[in-house]
Amino acid sequence: MSQKVLLTSKEVNIILHRLACQLVEKHLDFSDTILVGIQPRGTFLARRLKDMLEKEYNISKIALGYLDITFFRDDFRRTNKPLEANKTQIDFIVENKKVVFIDDVLYTGRSIRSALTAIQSFGRPSEIELLTLIDRRFSRHLPIQPDYRGRQVDAINDERVLVCWKEQDGEDAVYLINK
Amino acid sequence: MSELSVNHLLGIKYINEKDINLIFETADHFKEVINRPIKKVPSLRDITIANIFFENSTRTKLSFELAQKRLSADVISFSAAQSSVKKGETLIDTVNNILSMKVDMVVMRHSNPGAAHFLSQNVKASIVNAGDGAHEHPTQALLDSYSIREKLGDVAGKKVVIVGDILHSRVALSNIYALQMQGAEVKVCGPNTLIPRHIESLGVTVESNLRKALEWCDVANMLRVQNERMDVNFFPSTREYAQQYGLDKTLLDSLDKEILIMHPGPINRGVEITSDVADSKQSIILNQVENGVAIRMAVIYLLASKIQ
Repeated sequence: MSQKVLLTSKEVNIILHRLACQLVEKHLDFSDTILVGIQPRGTFLARRLKDMLEKEYNISKIALGYLDITFFRDDFRRTNKPLEANKTQIDFIVENKKVVFIDDVLYTGRSIRSALTAIQSFGRPSEIELLTLIDRRFSRHLPIQPDYRGRQVDAINDERVLVCWKEQDGEDAVYLINK
Repeated sequence: MSELSVNHLLGIKYINEKDINLIFETADHFKEVINRPIKKVPSLRDITIANIFFENSTRTKLSFELAQKRLSADVISFSAAQSSVKKGETLIDTVNNILSMKVDMVVMRHSNPGAAHFLSQNVKASIVNAGDGAHEHPTQALLDSYSIREKLGDVAGKKVVIVGDILHSRVALSNIYALQMQGAEVKVCGPNTLIPRHIESLGVTVESNLRKALEWCDVANMLRVQNERMDVNFFPSTREYAQQYGLDKTLLDSLDKEILIMHPGPINRGVEITSDVADSKQSIILNQVENGVAIRMAVIYLLASKIQ
């Protein structure tokens, strides 16, 4: 198993600032916008962006929720591994709001497809966008593309993209791992 | 998250503490789901479940049906009263006929102890026991422990008394197994005629005085007197039973601590507990009903994930 560094801590930080700026450009004061981190790994990125927007761009009271898609996945009983659920924490109605899904890696697009169904349990958003740190193009199973992307990566199916976060893994970095 | 150690839920006796914890963790997620504006998830949309009830049930049947529908399973329900069982069909024939309609899971209540176990060995489907005679009622025991855990933080170390008709109760047996497995101390209380012989061999203690039992416990689970299973008189009169083993507000308020009051339903108000106790702050009877749906969703979801 070999691994290659795709993004260092410094590069991740620069990208996060760019993504935050792009969000501000589109959503201004975030009064009608809700950030939704996709469980489990999208929550770190979502929390980071919210903190950055509040502290460094002086936007107050950004709504943030976490969405678990386990019960909406299309591979129930089709994988050998039991599906592991995480906590959903959405304490608001998303009716007529602009929702931004936030996830670390966009790969086949199936998680986002599940998230699009799952979010409907909380109302009908006026629009839904997708922000992802890593976009693995050429590996999509569904017609889903990000609206905001950190870095586009060409990886083959035997390779895995691992995003590490300081709060969970001790460092900010993105690795390409050869399985 | 791991998976259950069993392919059927026949009784608490056949599962272990790890299974119980997994069911509770999964139920936590489903409890959040059933409090959403839209309370449904699509997980089981390719699963068909038959609810086969050879005995009367309101709460359990509704709770199972609701749990299955909230998971998007296709559900067929069947009551023995309106079926060919009356015409002499055997249990295996009835179930195999239903299974040939491509059913993946069977939820069954039957008056014979061991009926669910028998079925699991003879038909190809995942079986959930919704009560077999006076043997086990595992989902009720799970939701009871889950409700205690929710209110008191943990089941381990708690003192629970089960009061009433222990002899005819499947809820009592399943509760004893479940509570002990999680580290609770269990006492049973009732007229001597309604306490099974040798029940001490299960590791429970027996108390015939209700006040003493209540003073000892953190939680009292009040059971119904199952008149329909009694072929002889086990106590002189319902009035005398209510006086000796019925819980009223005066008795409850005279205790020097607040205990939780549970009841698996249906309640005979004025017999095992009075209305003011059933509707009091200490009663968690309606929480039990709500938790029942989440627990049954968890059990069905986890068993369904093992269907090949």
